[in-house]
Amino acid sequence: MSMNGTNTRSASFWIQAWKRLLADPVARICGCILAIYLVVALLSATGLIAKGWNDEVGVSYANPVFAPNEPNPEGDTSLIREDASVTDDETKAIDPLAPKYEEIAKLERTNADKVTVLQRLLPLGGDKTGRDVLAKTIKAGQISIAIGLAASFIAVFIGVVLGAFSGYFGGKVNDALEWVYNVFTSVPYILLVLAFSAVLGKGVGTVILVLGMTGWTGTYRLIRSEYIKHRDRDYVQAANAIGASHLRMMFLHILPNVSHLILIQLSQEVISFIKAEVVLSFLGFGVPVDLISWGIMISDVRSELVIGKWWQLASCATAMSVFVVAFSFFTDSLRDALDPKSSRR
Amino acid sequence: MIPTLIGVVLLVFFLFKYFGGDPAAVLAGKQLTADKIAAIRAQLGLDQPVIVQLLIFVKQILTFDFGRSWSTNEVVSNMLVNRGKVSLTVMAQVWFLDAIISVLLAVIAAYLKGSLSERLITGICTAAMSISLLLYVVIGQYFLGFKWALFPVMGWSESFWVNVTRYSPLPVLLMLAVSIAPSLRLYRTFLIEELNQDYVRTARAKGAGDHRVMLVHVLRNAAIPIVTNIAMAIPGLFVGSFVIEQVFSIPGLGREVVLAVDRSDFPVIKAITVSLAMMTMLANLGVDLLYKWLDPRVQLK
Repeated sequence: MSMNGTNTRSASFWIQAWKRLLADPVARICGCILAIYLVVALLSATGLIAKGWNDEVGVSYANPVFAPNEPNPEGDTSLIREDASVTDDETKAIDPLAPKYEEIAKLERTNADKVTVLQRLLPLGGDKTGRDVLAKTIKAGQISIAIGLAASFIAVFIGVVLGAFSGYFGGKVNDALEWVYNVFTSVPYILLVLAFSAVLGKGVGTVILVLGMTGWTGTYRLIRSEYIKHRDRDYVQAANAIGASHLRMMFLHILPNVSHLILIQLSQEVISFIKAEVVLSFLGFGVPVDLISWGIMISDVRSELVIGKWWQLASCATAMSVFVVAFSFFTDSLRDALDPKSSRR
Repeated sequence: MIPTLIGVVLLVFFLFKYFGGDPAAVLAGKQLTADKIAAIRAQLGLDQPVIVQLLIFVKQILTFDFGRSWSTNEVVSNMLVNRGKVSLTVMAQVWFLDAIISVLLAVIAAYLKGSLSERLITGICTAAMSISLLLYVVIGQYFLGFKWALFPVMGWSESFWVNVTRYSPLPVLLMLAVSIAPSLRLYRTFLIEELNQDYVRTARAKGAGDHRVMLVHVLRNAAIPIVTNIAMAIPGLFVGSFVIEQVFSIPGLGREVVLAVDRSDFPVIKAITVSLAMMTMLANLGVDLLYKWLDPRVQLK
């Protein structure tokens, strides 16, 4: 009886929230942007696009199509002329490879089908080893987003379970969990993350685990205070009176009533974990270097900037910033839609 | 407070003890011989029972003597003090300027409450705080330091004044660009929460002007959460910013942590983590005392 009542009310609540969300133009625009990112990330995860992100498809630092005139010794703007490198007797005398040139040319002719022509122009340019920046950005986005999502699921799961126990039972359980919470929050977050990654090593799985294990504290606090509010409400008392077990009351009765807050928390954590992953990878403790993420791209980019190759930074920065900014605005709208009474922070 | 500290010590101890791999293997490097490993284990006390090892660690903390770094053989406690000073040189400026600028801007935003410009300010803040610190640093260093040569690209010197006037302005500027947006947004919320209180209406009814209400009544009450936020940032000042110190080659504690994690230099990481936790406790205590002074209604337990 009470279950039915809860179900119909919460269904209408979600529909109302959905309508509020759709009515918000900011949410509509940001939602579309996020949907595009997710589709691209899924396509890249299934290998349909950006599969060859690690292949040499262009010349070193191939120019992007929007800046074809940037100087590039291996591109169309090269100042090195073919006729400048004629092999005469003098160069043959000092060039140890000179006797082999004819052989090389012959091999090149016979294996012409196997030789890949390196592109001099790529849609968003190329990096040092001639990789396509567009493919790199897509693959990096897929990995960064996947890490953010996975880590926030773990963190929110830990936070909800611990928060539920602490808030619902109170007393000794609460004291013990509050102690754990205080321990985790007394060390600055990024230092804690680094301490964990010092002992756990590197790798995508480790990054997810480290971020999840250290990032649950905010959710824990929020869920705990909600459970303290809810545990004495009539519907919980009623469930208790008909003999529902503690776990049933915690996770079947109270949890649906705080699920909107969990959703908000989840989307907030995704943003902070993506940012944390970028910093970790940049410092060299995140994604291993044979993989790619937005953080690794930014750390690659520093040496390129000095020689004037800005396009990798431009595409990576744009892709990352658009995603994170859209996600932040979407989270704000989501909070307004799901939790209209709360004030914006 | 004390239980939390015990918790941090236990967390750090067991984390490194059971997940950190064998220190002897890290220390012996490539020349692994059974004798050598046994010698190192004996020297570090690793052949003792776990409880004795824990007591050794506690003794290290109480005497502030964390032994020597595994990779540079430097005395860890000296290292903490020296590197901490460097981080503080940069971070104290950031902390001070951030507090002043964001409180000022928050007051202005609170004046503009409900107007279009206020929505604009919060919107810009959301966007600004979403963008990764890394981008500010990499792009800022490239344009301000390298391309336009307004500041030195990176570096650090022995002299405090040279550091303050020459090497720290660019890092400070970039850190402010990152830190002001979130503080401003938070302080604005505190101010607006206070603006909705009854006493504001009373003050207005008595004929107090806008400025008097904002600066005397509202700001004073909103000062409590603001001061908490500012004071709780103090422990973090000693580690500095990992990214900033790495990118600008500032030899502070943050860069030391990164180096230590890279080299699996466990004594250094342990020492820094525990010291930071201790400083956080002290900051907490300080904030509680400050509360009492700011708001006489607060009762200390």
